[in-house]
Amino acid sequence: MLLEKLSNLDGASGDEARVREFIQKRIRKYADSMEIDALGNLICFKKGRVKKPIVLIAAHMDEVGFMVTEKRQNGTLGFSKVGGIDSRVILAKTLRFGKNGTKGVIGAKPVHLLKKEEVTKIPGIDEMYIDVGAKSHKDFKDIEVGDYVYFDTCFEKISAKVVKGKAFDDRAGCSLIMDLFKEKFRMPLYGVFSTQEEIGLRGAMVIGNRLRPDYVIILEGTGAGDFPSKKDNSKSPFLGKGPALTVMDKSMIADKKLLELIIKIAKRKGIPYQLKQPGIGGTDAGRIQISRKGVKCAVIAVPARYIHSPVCLMNLSDYGNTLKLAKFVLKRLGDSGK
Amino acid sequence: MKKTIKKLTEAFGPSGFENNVRKIVQKEIVSYVDSTKKDTLGNFIAHIKGKGPKLMLAAHMDEIGVVTSYIDKKGFIRFSNVGGFFPIHSLTARIVFENGVIGVIGEEGRKSMNDPIEMSKLYIDIGAGNRKEAEKLVPVGSFGTYQREFVDLGKRIVSKALDDRIGCAVLVEVIKRLKGKSKFDTYVVFTVQEEVGLKGARTSAFGIEPKIALAVDVTRTGDTPGASKMAVELGAGAAIKVKDRAIVCNPLIVKKLKSVARKYKIPYQLEILERGTTDATSIQLTKGGIPSGAVSIPSRYIHSCSEMVDIDDVESCVQLISKFVQTGI
Repeated sequence: MLLEKLSNLDGASGDEARVREFIQKRIRKYADSMEIDALGNLICFKKGRVKKPIVLIAAHMDEVGFMVTEKRQNGTLGFSKVGGIDSRVILAKTLRFGKNGTKGVIGAKPVHLLKKEEVTKIPGIDEMYIDVGAKSHKDFKDIEVGDYVYFDTCFEKISAKVVKGKAFDDRAGCSLIMDLFKEKFRMPLYGVFSTQEEIGLRGAMVIGNRLRPDYVIILEGTGAGDFPSKKDNSKSPFLGKGPALTVMDKSMIADKKLLELIIKIAKRKGIPYQLKQPGIGGTDAGRIQISRKGVKCAVIAVPARYIHSPVCLMNLSDYGNTLKLAKFVLKRLGDSGK
Repeated sequence: MKKTIKKLTEAFGPSGFENNVRKIVQKEIVSYVDSTKKDTLGNFIAHIKGKGPKLMLAAHMDEIGVVTSYIDKKGFIRFSNVGGFFPIHSLTARIVFENGVIGVIGEEGRKSMNDPIEMSKLYIDIGAGNRKEAEKLVPVGSFGTYQREFVDLGKRIVSKALDDRIGCAVLVEVIKRLKGKSKFDTYVVFTVQEEVGLKGARTSAFGIEPKIALAVDVTRTGDTPGASKMAVELGAGAAIKVKDRAIVCNPLIVKKLKSVARKYKIPYQLEILERGTTDATSIQLTKGGIPSGAVSIPSRYIHSCSEMVDIDDVESCVQLISKFVQTGI
């Protein structure tokens, strides 16, 4: 499964090369041309039989992770986060170095040694450290400040439909584009694998300025909200209820007509879909929409629980339905073309 | 002019849903301009041909509002903000949705009246008995705005969405008064999605590539009891923006606006706004950079359902911008 391999690759913002090489190798035979731009975005292009509309689908290659900031005398490593990670989910986790797989753990005091007030307090990131089993700084052979470090998570199936892994945000989107490129469409299609989304939608900033798409559909792995609670409040998107569509998030109000078209197609084809809770999160669309003279954008996402942590869960039928919906939407945009 | 203002402010138009406003503007100006068009994001662009450098005048059509996010079993609707929708202004206010359905903003019970008002504890009650009933009228993802009528107090007017329909009204009036006496090749842009990140101004400026730009928007005042210090007052004239949170206006534009105001004896004041910004900010950073400034209409109670402006200030803004366009830079 593509998603399994993509999820197991390590590629935080600025360190996307491994992911990019993997995608490049496999998408080559389906793309008419490929290019890597100055920021590391991988731009794949598939010619169409008609000239318009030019459609662009995009997913970001980068995931959240960590970076070594300090090699300490006492043999521990100081680090910082790359992208948004909740400090509560990182204590006592196993990590691996992107460049060579060296393992380390984020140290945490055992419960026996915790003082009363420490039990309810999360230590600051500057109080945490990575322990690679070194006695002193002299033991840091290959480790350098600036090294990227990742959750040491392996993809696995935990039930008939549900898989566990890291970086479903947004390797799910990468996998979707790779699958979509195997199809034939009437219109020209760009597949863009962007960089540095997690630290401020940076790769996408240059995409909209270079390419001139008529429609953009961002494919994402988005956070599910279906946590158990007695409160009668919004839990959308749910795992297993189909692709999540964005009405408005922090970065963008989706193009009304494009969103309506996506919903119409989902209904007609009997594909389940859900509207993502408005006002939360943001995607590359926020940047691309306001590039040049403006671009019509929408987002279709696979819901995943516990994103930005070492243990995301995703329902494979959501993935399948998202792929199906995206495919029909692209076909439809192609059929409208001239 | 008050009639136009009433029509414009009472129109439904949260960010992303500016169609109704556009239609009103279109009807008002179509016979006064050389051409009009709607661009990809929905900006409405009117062109008044002229021989001078390209000038872009911008006022945004969108207003702040809400978008529904969840309906509970009993039919109460939770929502998220569209732009700077302030919970403190919203208690028991009425919200109208695109299809005309009206609801009241309620708040979960709180322990003390001193507790802060939180967005997550507010809901909209459209009088539905249960989720199903509510869903039929206002499904999740519906956009809404304050529902409030325009009120004419004489010298002052009160309404929702004066931010920035008053700017739209000013530019409509400027267009009507220009009568070919322009020193610029003028593009008047009624922009979209200002309240959610100055978006329409950026993309329309990219398309137009003006040599100079002026945004027309409201600014707050410091003249109400206990207001934080600010030199702008209601009724003291058009406000020429010097600086706000995100832009330092082009000094030559500020200077020119000041001299035009003095020459034609148009009351003006200088605006230094500590919080908030306007379309000029994103126009300024478009392409290779565009010298930008702004003329502001002083307004009290911005982003509430009862914003207030002074009609003489509105007139001063119309005069200042018209004379500026006729004078050139």
